[in-house]
Amino acid sequence: MATTYRTCPASGLQFEAHAEKLMKWNAVVAVLWLLVGGITAIGVIMTRWPAFKLLPPDQFYTILTAHGIDMLLCWIIFFEMAVLYFASSVLLRCRLAAPKWGWVQFWLMVVGSVMTNVAIFQGESSVMFTSYVPMQAAPHFYLGLILFAVGALIGCGVFFGTLVVAKKDKTYTGSIPMVTFGALTAAIIAVFTILTGAGILLPTFLWSVGLIKEIDAQLYRMVWWGLGHSSQQINVSAHVAIWYLIPAIVIGAKPLSEKVSRGAFLMYILFLQLASAHHLLSDPGMSAEWKVLNTSYFMYFAVMASMIHGFTVPGAIEAAQRRKGFTNGLFEWLRKAPWGNPAFSGMFISLVSFGFLGGISGVVLGTEQINMLMHNTFYVPGHFHTTVVTGTTLAFMAVTYLLVPTLFKREMIHPKLCQIQPYLFGIAMSITGLVMMGAGTLGVSRRHWDMAFSGAPFQYEWPGAAYLMMGMTGFFGVITIIGGALWIYLVVGSLLWGKKLEGGAVSDKPTPIPAATPAASASHHGSDHVGVPGTVVLVMALLVSFVLYYFVNWKYLSEVWLLS
Amino acid sequence: MSAILPPSERLWWKEPIAKTEWLWIAIAFVWGMIMFVMMIYWHIYGKQNLSNEAYKTTPEAFAAKAEKFIAENTIRKETDQEIPVVKVPAGGDGYLIARLWNWYPILELEKGKEYKIHLSSMDYNHGFSLQPVNINIQVVPGYEHVVKMTPTSTGTFAIVCNEFCGIGHHSMLGRIYVK
Repeated sequence: MATTYRTCPASGLQFEAHAEKLMKWNAVVAVLWLLVGGITAIGVIMTRWPAFKLLPPDQFYTILTAHGIDMLLCWIIFFEMAVLYFASSVLLRCRLAAPKWGWVQFWLMVVGSVMTNVAIFQGESSVMFTSYVPMQAAPHFYLGLILFAVGALIGCGVFFGTLVVAKKDKTYTGSIPMVTFGALTAAIIAVFTILTGAGILLPTFLWSVGLIKEIDAQLYRMVWWGLGHSSQQINVSAHVAIWYLIPAIVIGAKPLSEKVSRGAFLMYILFLQLASAHHLLSDPGMSAEWKVLNTSYFMYFAVMASMIHGFTVPGAIEAAQRRKGFTNGLFEWLRKAPWGNPAFSGMFISLVSFGFLGGISGVVLGTEQINMLMHNTFYVPGHFHTTVVTGTTLAFMAVTYLLVPTLFKREMIHPKLCQIQPYLFGIAMSITGLVMMGAGTLGVSRRHWDMAFSGAPFQYEWPGAAYLMMGMTGFFGVITIIGGALWIYLVVGSLLWGKKLEGGAVSDKPTPIPAATPAASASHHGSDHVGVPGTVVLVMALLVSFVLYYFVNWKYLSEVWLLS
Repeated sequence: MSAILPPSERLWWKEPIAKTEWLWIAIAFVWGMIMFVMMIYWHIYGKQNLSNEAYKTTPEAFAAKAEKFIAENTIRKETDQEIPVVKVPAGGDGYLIARLWNWYPILELEKGKEYKIHLSSMDYNHGFSLQPVNINIQVVPGYEHVVKMTPTSTGTFAIVCNEFCGIGHHSMLGRIYVK
């Protein structure tokens, strides 16, 4: 298929025509879903805020279902499709394999996501993101999810195909770049996840139309979480790839060690899926050995991988900054980092919030016995808002500040507001996640319309601190929504009214492979033997917080009733 | 050797790794192992472990056992809904039914005595969340989960449902008395 290549004059990135179009459309639809998710977030947060209680229960549960699916699936996976096309065709400077299949991916996902949303907003499918059987949704709720998943699977196929094309056409030398490697990790995990999803969603769909009589509730939970949690590991791999991407572009950072960082991605592929067993820790029937094996032994290799990225990403930034001469003291490199660049600040806040809040809370939640203290409490959404929102969503927002000028050829409007946005959104979401975890530690349940239990035969009064935490959740949640709305305004506004930028030369031939990569003449070490003492201090702070918080929770556990 | 370019060293897997990186990898590994051992340690020496004693059942079969238990041990009835308050024999079995949208019956326990509490659901997934103690257990239809509990404090405890189970989810509140 004939195609052209455009070389962006500002970044030097090379966009192939088909891939460029697909990236644009997937990204635009992703942002539209984020908008829907953001509007539903208002309903969710203003209802859980005890002082407001905006929606009646039926509408609340409907809106909450939509919020979960539109944010966790629609927004994120559409954006990930754009990331996959970018990491393959742009970074490898090659044509996209089977662009027609790319459009099949796009339209299947559009039709699927709209179908599921129609089912939700018709009001008969308020089954939440987890849609545990035997609670039943309308058939087109499941069918929409299946079409969406098939679309995503095709997107992964196009990505793998593009890697093959690049290899065959020799558009790069040696190994694929780190960022592409991270995207490859995400795509491999996606394939596993989606196949597991098919394993449970197909029978559930058949059950919803009456062709299968019964699905075992426990079996559903077990298989569903192979989809449910693993799908979030696609996000982790994708946003970690973006953590490597942004400092590389903004300050010329390079990985400390290719071997270590790639090894950590590999550990995600090998171990993360098994960690999804931690959703079953409070379920009947799982043996202790099974729980310990899956959630500890295997999960901790995945945790180790995240801890490695938590070191190598800031380490790469520190090494790059030190090479530039910011060598005074432990933290001059950090103080003199480009904090006014929203791509960088967003990426860094994402890294810190994901590591400290999302990572630590995730491990604590996934500890067999401690899980009993938090299972299904508000702690759980607290955890995943710090992993998926300050982790994935904020990283995606950050990379958009780079993509709008290069991919969409528009200058960002309101540069001052762009500077503020990642701080507003990232910090507000981090605080929201933290107070959500606080409320969960006090027992407040998730997915619950009324803390006051109206209509119940008894009364139960939560501790005052729980109400305070829920009020703070509401307050900071609203600020987060404002930060998110600001981002949508800035991005959409820039696409519509931003100053048009030079697109760069278009040619029907790919540009030749760069003769030597910038560091070809440098030493073997990515760090050029630059020490990274500041990063060491940061990761030690992480470790100390981790250890203290972990054992505090064992202390809490030791104070509850005796159980066996 | 930027993250967006192919590694300049073709044989990148043969590069040496810096000492600080090795150190951090070692720390991460050791910490993972400590957390791994901690769970096993708690199984042996800890006093709060969730039982994995569970049986497949049906709503009808479980309800029949629960009704028999209630009929034999009810000591009084409470609220306008006449919910039975059932004294569970010390060391014996107590049954708790989860269904849209209540916990049935009210259990009465004694501090320091051990009980075998059987949990199951008649319809959807529910969540047993004991407050303010904060013990949370999933209750799944078709499965009977037997948990040995020893209350360590007296008072009136609430059972909040913390798994979404439909429109009346927020009104699903049960009770346990500990004398």
